[in-house]
Amino acid sequence: MNKVLLGLLIGALLGAIDGGTAWFTPAVRAQIVGIVFGSTLKGLIAGVAAGIFARKVNSVPLGILFGLAVGFILAFLVAHYLQHGYYFEIILPGSIVGMIVGYATQRYGAAPVPATR
Amino acid sequence: MKFISDSALERLRDAAEAPDLAGTRYRLLERIARGGMGVVFTAEDENLKRRVALKVLDVPATDGDLANRLIREARVLAALEHPGIVPVHDVGTLADGRVFYTMKFVEGKRLDKYIESVASIPDRLRIFLRICDAVAFAHARGVLHRDLKPANIMVGPFGEVLVMDWGLAKILRGNVSDDARVGDPEATAFEKPKESASAGDATEVSVVTGHGTVMGTPGYMSPEQARGDVALLDARSDIYSLGALLRFLLTGRPELAPLPNGSRMDKSLAAICAKAATASPAERYPSVQEMALDVSRYLDGLAVGAHPESLLEKAARFYRRYRFFILLIAAYLAMRVLILLFMHR
Repeated sequence: MNKVLLGLLIGALLGAIDGGTAWFTPAVRAQIVGIVFGSTLKGLIAGVAAGIFARKVNSVPLGILFGLAVGFILAFLVAHYLQHGYYFEIILPGSIVGMIVGYATQRYGAAPVPATR
Repeated sequence: MKFISDSALERLRDAAEAPDLAGTRYRLLERIARGGMGVVFTAEDENLKRRVALKVLDVPATDGDLANRLIREARVLAALEHPGIVPVHDVGTLADGRVFYTMKFVEGKRLDKYIESVASIPDRLRIFLRICDAVAFAHARGVLHRDLKPANIMVGPFGEVLVMDWGLAKILRGNVSDDARVGDPEATAFEKPKESASAGDATEVSVVTGHGTVMGTPGYMSPEQARGDVALLDARSDIYSLGALLRFLLTGRPELAPLPNGSRMDKSLAAICAKAATASPAERYPSVQEMALDVSRYLDGLAVGAHPESLLEKAARFYRRYRFFILLIAAYLAMRVLILLFMHR
């Protein structure tokens, strides 16, 4: 499995779990479908970005840092857009999902085969 | 009554054994090993100003069986140009009639000594894979080693692994030169070599024998080799030795034994050893590459062909392979639960 596809799958999976936990917050339970969808999309974008980064840069620390940054930015944008005030509850898990995806795409997944003449 | 001390006797013996290198481009330095066929010295190549290993026969015979074997060994080595096989530089006959050849002087440690400083199983397996590379190459060139054992493997200062002592090698077919083949006692009669100048190998030889007799090292030689069934020998005989060698790398002994720390060998590795060193050649790996592939798969955390896994073993291997990632996900989920608890307080 290549790194971009791996990032996409893990990002989507963790994003869906991340969004699914909103069910435990009664105040936003009614919007659960939208939250899960949005969170999955967020994870998916972070995963693909981390996967593409991993194809270009071969470094676990940089991959984790990149995932963290992407996860943070996306989660911040979501929290800011929703205007629920749940900044901590959205940004912390979103950033950690980014870190995990960043690590996974560096550590696992097939690197692109160098072109030969 | 004792007229001469043991050490003086030893020095006299060394002096008597020392070859006369007059007329060659080599200058004798010191004796480094003694084998069944001859003695290995270090010498300096005075033309190229480099140190070489010089293997010379004990007896001054150019047309005897031992001389033929030594020349054949040099020719086999010359035909096997591979980074994992010690390269031969020269072969010839000394003024006193003794056959010799020179080869690269390897400043390393024997495998059995070297692994005392290598505790990690993966590192040991990576050394084993390099041995497999060299043996697989020799098999592809139609040569069986027939004496694979830790004492015949050298590990150089930069971690290079060299398979030494091809004195018992058997030429099966094909790519090795006819000159090398004619020296094979199981092949045909030997053709007397043309006059030449110099030669050598840097290892000790276990046993040297004639046609159909037992040769090899107990514990490492295959049952068919131990029986002297020369006609039955093929690549799988070396695979048996590789199985025993792998066991040695893992347990310190060529036969089934517990690990030095008292724990049991991993089932997959034990299965690889068992499959390689089983008594029946038909049940062994058909080629060195297949055995090496299984070891590589083990190193990569994949299932090995020699050991069908249960569901539980598959799960355990999956966990071992992705342990850090699984723990990361678990930590993430735990953090999610903590956040939920925090929010609901």
